[in-house]
Amino acid sequence: MIKRTGAQIIIHLLERQGVRTIAGIPGGANLPLYDALSQSDTIRHVLARHEQGAGFIAQGMARVSGRPAVCFASSGPGATNLLTAVADAKLDSIPLICITGQVPVAMIGTDAFQEIDAYGLSIPITKHNFAVRSAAELLVVIPAAFRIASSGRPGPVLIDVPKDVQNQMVEFAAWPEPACPEPFPDFAPAAGERAAEMINSARRPILYLGGGVIHSGAGRLVTCLAEKASIPATMTLMGLGAMPMDHPLCIGMLGMHAARYTNLALEECDLLIAAGVRFDDRATGKVAAFCPNAKIIHIDIDGSELDKIKTAHVGIVGDVGEVLETLLPLVEPNPRSEWLTYVAQLKQKYPLLIPDAEDLRTPYGLILQAASLLDDETIIATDVGQHQMWTAQVYPFRRPRQWLTSGGLGTMGFGLPAAIGAALACPDRTVVCFSGDGSLLMNIQELATAVEHNVNVKIVLMNNNSLGLVHQQQDLFYGKRIYASDYQSRVDFVRIAEGFGMKGYNLSASDDPLRTLARAFRERGPCLIHVPIDVNEKVYPMVPPGAANKDMIGGEAHAHARV
Amino acid sequence: MLTPVFESQPLIQFRSRSTVLELTVNNQPGVMIRVCSLFSRRAFNVEGILCMPIDSGGESRIWLLVNQDRQDREDQRLEQMIKQLLKLEDVLDVQRHNADHKVFVQLEQFFRPDRQETHLLDDKQGLRFV
Repeated sequence: MIKRTGAQIIIHLLERQGVRTIAGIPGGANLPLYDALSQSDTIRHVLARHEQGAGFIAQGMARVSGRPAVCFASSGPGATNLLTAVADAKLDSIPLICITGQVPVAMIGTDAFQEIDAYGLSIPITKHNFAVRSAAELLVVIPAAFRIASSGRPGPVLIDVPKDVQNQMVEFAAWPEPACPEPFPDFAPAAGERAAEMINSARRPILYLGGGVIHSGAGRLVTCLAEKASIPATMTLMGLGAMPMDHPLCIGMLGMHAARYTNLALEECDLLIAAGVRFDDRATGKVAAFCPNAKIIHIDIDGSELDKIKTAHVGIVGDVGEVLETLLPLVEPNPRSEWLTYVAQLKQKYPLLIPDAEDLRTPYGLILQAASLLDDETIIATDVGQHQMWTAQVYPFRRPRQWLTSGGLGTMGFGLPAAIGAALACPDRTVVCFSGDGSLLMNIQELATAVEHNVNVKIVLMNNNSLGLVHQQQDLFYGKRIYASDYQSRVDFVRIAEGFGMKGYNLSASDDPLRTLARAFRERGPCLIHVPIDVNEKVYPMVPPGAANKDMIGGEAHAHARV
Repeated sequence: MLTPVFESQPLIQFRSRSTVLELTVNNQPGVMIRVCSLFSRRAFNVEGILCMPIDSGGESRIWLLVNQDRQDREDQRLEQMIKQLLKLEDVLDVQRHNADHKVFVQLEQFFRPDRQETHLLDDKQGLRFV
């Protein structure tokens, strides 16, 4: 018989599951777990400075690897601090295992010190969650959590473990096998045949690719489909990297901050091949006016996404990769020169305008010049706001999992800890985190974690001393009444970085900013690169919230020419 | 004192716009809150809920009376709710019934404003609420 405590069972099952790094923070209710972790030879612990940071560090690891990553938090505030990162993982379908400490079983329900109903709180924001009541249950719960987090549409799982359960000694005959993802659901071949017929008879099809393509690892297959049948492809924010941005058939990101030609091409399409997408409002704009002339083929691993927002003419529940394997041989080669010529003309007439692409002091210039110094191996993380949209618009992504961003929840503060997680999971790569001053301040304490682990994270901070997207909306839609979005005091971020023991560069003070940037990228280890930007810079084009995608404002060629 | 809360509509009229869902679920702690929370956060009304263990107690059955009209967009929303229910780990099966399913019809006597039958039954079983 094997004899172990609950805490030892958890750590050993995590080891058997292949977990090598755990982010977290210890506290009263998870000390037995940390004591067991201290005895592990294979798992490294990364001490975050805030549980939300721990959650996003784990997300960073999961987003670059595609495998579940683990974070620990104690009970009460430890658990509540974790919740934003959990909700973020739910909306972006990221496999995450969160293990929280809880007060001893006998004290549950007594308003004990640092007691909070982590189980109840996390029901709406997890794929599934567990309230463990005995150490023996852990032998079932831990593998189940990994199976659930990684099967089908991935997502976060929270396991709440009372302190006495962590200490409880149990005997058992054998360790359970590590969990694997469940096989994908079968889909009817007839649906694939109908989809292929629709593609073959379509005159103006467009591929609409989302995060599901990334999760499925189907980037190569969607590119094959696009090439075989000459289908232009657009990507959602979560889908960026599914197809190289410089591919001739790639028409960039769609929706609220798409290039004009992209949204206009979607207006004209007669068949929308939606793969691994959920018709999010930031992508579709006003739904009734989205792709008004198109039939829809919708492929998704999550059946509840079919017909949720838009009714599909053919809906296929399945893994995007598996479905495309079936579909590809049935799709006829087609040069579709009329449609491609039309899209090319749209692109020429309504391109994404990138003013000052050479000027490092402007947002687009900074992103493009940074990109020119980096290769495809680099991982790009962002926070949330204008800098995120500018990066999504122009960074030349060329592979899946190159791009880490908070899509569904849009969490400011995501970038730095997610970048740390990515760097921990891929120590040989450079991780560049484009951030803004508003976002960076929301998890700035993780600079300490970055320094402690000497991760190769380069924070490129676009500082406009304001909440830029809020500022932009107040300027455009609230009568220029700028309120509560501009900071009254200034933070010296370079000194802040230095105070944490991190190297700081101020590009505005450099005689040769490009050289300074290159040096910052080249030197191994974390650094912060500070770039002041104009608060009046806007993300254009922009579809006003609630409007149809064809009703974009800004970013017009003639308007620009006038300036 | 326990006071049942009543809809202002008569029960019969109210039922005509309803559907009954029969869920088979794992008898896990919190399974009812999972189901109720799902309906609540997706802004779909649940008018009534019954939950009891079945068989040896490993599984439970949940009966839901949901407000829904087959003719309008609500029908599509209910289909969406059923798909969401089936995604819950602890939900094993969902069956859809018409509103006249007797599970809630038989319960109506316990939900009359005057509560006369309720009192009678309570007295018989030695239970009483005032």
